[in-house]
Amino acid sequence: MHPNRIMQDAGSPRLRRRALIGAALAGLLPAAGAVPPLTRRIPSSGEALPIVGLGSWITFNVGQDLQARAQCVEVVRAFFGAGGRMIDSSPMYGSSQPTIGFALAQLGMPKALFSAEKVWTGDAARGALQIEASRAYWGVPRFDLLQVHNLLAWEQQLPLLLQMKAEGRLRYVGITTSEGRRHAEIEQVMRTRPIDFVQLSYNLLDREAEQRLLPLAQERGIAVIVNRPFREGALLRQLARHPLPGWAAEIDCRYWAQVALKFAIGHPAVTCAIPATSQVAHLQQNMAAARGPLPDAALRQRMARDVAAL
Amino acid sequence: MSEWWTYTPADFLMFAPRIYWRLFDALNRQTWPAALLAPAAGVAWLLWVARGVARPGAAAARLAAVGLALAWTASGLLFLRPLLAPIHWLAEWIAPVFVLQVLLLTALAATGGLQATASTRRRRTGLGLLGYALLLHPLWPLLDGRPLTQAETFGPAPDPTALATLGVLLLWHSGTPVGRLLGRFAWGPPLAWCALSAATLWTMGSAQGWALAGGAALALAAARRHGL
Repeated sequence: MHPNRIMQDAGSPRLRRRALIGAALAGLLPAAGAVPPLTRRIPSSGEALPIVGLGSWITFNVGQDLQARAQCVEVVRAFFGAGGRMIDSSPMYGSSQPTIGFALAQLGMPKALFSAEKVWTGDAARGALQIEASRAYWGVPRFDLLQVHNLLAWEQQLPLLLQMKAEGRLRYVGITTSEGRRHAEIEQVMRTRPIDFVQLSYNLLDREAEQRLLPLAQERGIAVIVNRPFREGALLRQLARHPLPGWAAEIDCRYWAQVALKFAIGHPAVTCAIPATSQVAHLQQNMAAARGPLPDAALRQRMARDVAAL
Repeated sequence: MSEWWTYTPADFLMFAPRIYWRLFDALNRQTWPAALLAPAAGVAWLLWVARGVARPGAAAARLAAVGLALAWTASGLLFLRPLLAPIHWLAEWIAPVFVLQVLLLTALAATGGLQATASTRRRRTGLGLLGYALLLHPLWPLLDGRPLTQAETFGPAPDPTALATLGVLLLWHSGTPVGRLLGRFAWGPPLAWCALSAATLWTMGSAQGWALAGGAALALAAARRHGL
């Protein structure tokens, strides 16, 4: 069960009523999608990106399940309908790549797409082949962004990506880590290599990136993609037992998922967050977090403090 | 893998539980009604052996080894490669283990010299495990509140196939040195599969993992006295 749904089922009658109203409003979001989502600029190019993207870990790995595939198509449709652009995937994510490719083909390859992929192989010689296989799955002429997944063989793969960018076969280059792993190495890459993006885990409870990586990204002009904003749902399951604090209304949050997202994208160094979902209603709730006020530094501190105390 | 100690089984669960369970919907749809043939043959064999008709004949053991080889082949070709592999990259690495098990069981059937175990306790455990794998394991969806169309049956589905294999391996020893060696190796793939599947099921929050872990532990405990 998606944590958002858990939250809708939990809490006081007032909260349940509020959640139901919120769910109804979320269903109207495609119409409200006329209001464009907030954007942040990619420092290396100035290109604007909506601050909420779409991840595909687990949720789009549906294999040959036609019913689940059709559900994913609807999620992607709703994503673009709400003004979304960045979809992120990896060869590590099982059948997520063909699922994304299927959805994009069904939707006529939306022009707004910002394709973010990864190279994930320890074999330097296989990097180019893997990227080409990924491109064929997506059905795109080229990727907007390619990242070295979890720093795997980054000394070999990064030159390949930088060369592709120099040849015009790629627009941006990045590296990724998750769950706070290898931050020292990431920092080294950020300091010494001309990368456009860094992807890392950052959420209400996992805030190590605030110490060095996020300030460094600002200093070096590197865009930041936030993964695991919900700790794969565990954070929301934990929070679902508690009512939303009063300050949530100040930033137009009706759900804990929106609170968690606004915390992450509220950091000025963050370019976008990429929550994953297989449910249209949850996608719309996530995209609603890309609208309205974002928390300032003081409120973000309070959010983190209050959530840690729960 | 750097910082390996920071990884947990949950980091390797790359699909949603509902997608995993629906694989068995697809498997049963594709193999129905042939999916019932393997369990039916297994039950007939079990009754034959349990009633003592086949004891201590080696023919029943050979038949079982061939039947199990076919079952592992079916699991690999019908489930592992076409259904699990697209959502779990580890399946590609596991496929050779299935091939190895087919070869081991076939060789075991070919070398002969199979003798019924002298231990009543071991024999009872083997028959019990086999009976569970054939008749009870497919009923897990009912306990989980899932449709019976997601039943995992011996043959096409690897979990009951691995448990049934452990059950059969408890029933016989080989009288030849080569056969004993093959028999010992033949414990490896089903035990490894039980461990992997139990970890996956626990990570998915399914109590079914206990059936795999419990079955494997029971088989090992029963085999301990006389060796694998």
